[in-house]
Amino acid sequence: MEFWPLIYELCEGFSLTLKLFALTLVFSIPLGFICSFAAMSPFKPLSWLMNGIIWIVRGTPLLLQCIIVTFIPSTLLDMPNKDFAAMLHIDTMADLQFLFVLIAFSLNYACYFAVIFEGGIKNVSVGQHEAGQVLGMTKGQIFRHVILMQVVRKITAPMSNEIITLVKDTALARALSVVEIIAVAYQNVNKFAVLSPLIYASVFYLAFSGILTIVFHLVEKKLSYYTV
Amino acid sequence: MNVLEVKNLTKSFGDHQVIKGVSFTLKQGEVLVLIGSSGSGKTTLLRCLNFLETPDGGIVNVLGEDVFNAALHRKLTEKMLRDRRLHFGLVFQSFNLFPQHNVLKNVTLAPLLRLKEKKLPKAEMKKAQEEIIENGKQLISMVGLSDKLDAYPCTLSGGQQQRVAIARALALNPDILCFDEPTSALDPELTGEVLRVIRSLKDQGRTMIVVTHEMEFAKNVADHVIYMADGVIEEEGTPADVFDNPQSERTKAFLAAGKK
Repeated sequence: MEFWPLIYELCEGFSLTLKLFALTLVFSIPLGFICSFAAMSPFKPLSWLMNGIIWIVRGTPLLLQCIIVTFIPSTLLDMPNKDFAAMLHIDTMADLQFLFVLIAFSLNYACYFAVIFEGGIKNVSVGQHEAGQVLGMTKGQIFRHVILMQVVRKITAPMSNEIITLVKDTALARALSVVEIIAVAYQNVNKFAVLSPLIYASVFYLAFSGILTIVFHLVEKKLSYYTV
Repeated sequence: MNVLEVKNLTKSFGDHQVIKGVSFTLKQGEVLVLIGSSGSGKTTLLRCLNFLETPDGGIVNVLGEDVFNAALHRKLTEKMLRDRRLHFGLVFQSFNLFPQHNVLKNVTLAPLLRLKEKKLPKAEMKKAQEEIIENGKQLISMVGLSDKLDAYPCTLSGGQQQRVAIARALALNPDILCFDEPTSALDPELTGEVLRVIRSLKDQGRTMIVVTHEMEFAKNVADHVIYMADGVIEEEGTPADVFDNPQSERTKAFLAAGKK
């Protein structure tokens, strides 16, 4: 086993890890916002439905959800995954598997984020809404100019927790044959009967979560120019 | 001329009727002080006038226009509501300044957002924005905080925060400025600075409604005093009538309890 080719392979695996990480955030944050509003909706059936979904998603393993998503085309659409891929113009099965994982991750994290957003929004005092109202602001203006930044500040710490957890959760994608960094490392462990590829892989995770920690620290510092 | 005319206002929360038919009028430049024990409906009355609560019955007339009439429009559209509530300004007990904005932004945010909606040509917009900021600075200087334009609320004392809140409420130039126990959340040594600002507003001819527990101040600033008990006006009149020569037993008991 040579060192540099191994690192190169791990880098390739890690690029897939990062792709899953970034795309999950891109989809789950806006979706989480929508879910949090649905969960807080004054229209009770919608709020019950959303809270039910959140309960199921948060109450079952992400791994299980990934597997269930792969069965959706065959059970709901009565279509083999191969035809399903063709329908979506997806060329390889690997890409399809990645799509399944991305869907499961995005839904899962959206539900976690929804709970964090809901907590953050509810945590802003009623007085802030009322102050905006008596000044003749619209609901949208109050949310954008008064509430939002206070929410962002309140949720930075719990969001950083979830996002760092997401970095490591991406390793679950291996179960659906997505060749992310752990899968690459494991192939090499089996091929050369040494443990070091897994150690190197862990260094990738550590470095990346270290960078995220620093980023979140800076964000928190930037937002802490006032106290409530 | 009557700036405000309230007729037979009622409001319930569930089974509990908090305001049981309140009527009064307010003339231009007059200061109305509402006194009464906690739970007597004073704050709810102010909240109804500011459309933070929707009354169940009655009429609120400002400058000859019915801004609220329970019989006619139970549900106001948001646009109507926004325009109408601007007849009133409200200063809260707990200030409710926007913590993430500095003093100047707190005062100018709402008028600037309102201006933005008007979609004026660029040059006019810029001029109007500068006017709003200039007006905001003047209001802040009027409450004695010119040196705090860039300060954030968390760095100010309670009295200073409340003075900013007063400037903020004035920025939209309401016809009637309401105060909901403006000094109740303040340390005793800080109430004076806020009361002085309210006093100076009276001298400028502002029409105001003040809910307060500061009896000395009430006596001093009020043109008209209403004592509320259990959601009705138990007694009203000039400060001399109500404070020095109360007729109702309840008023006497309330004032006596305050002196102890």
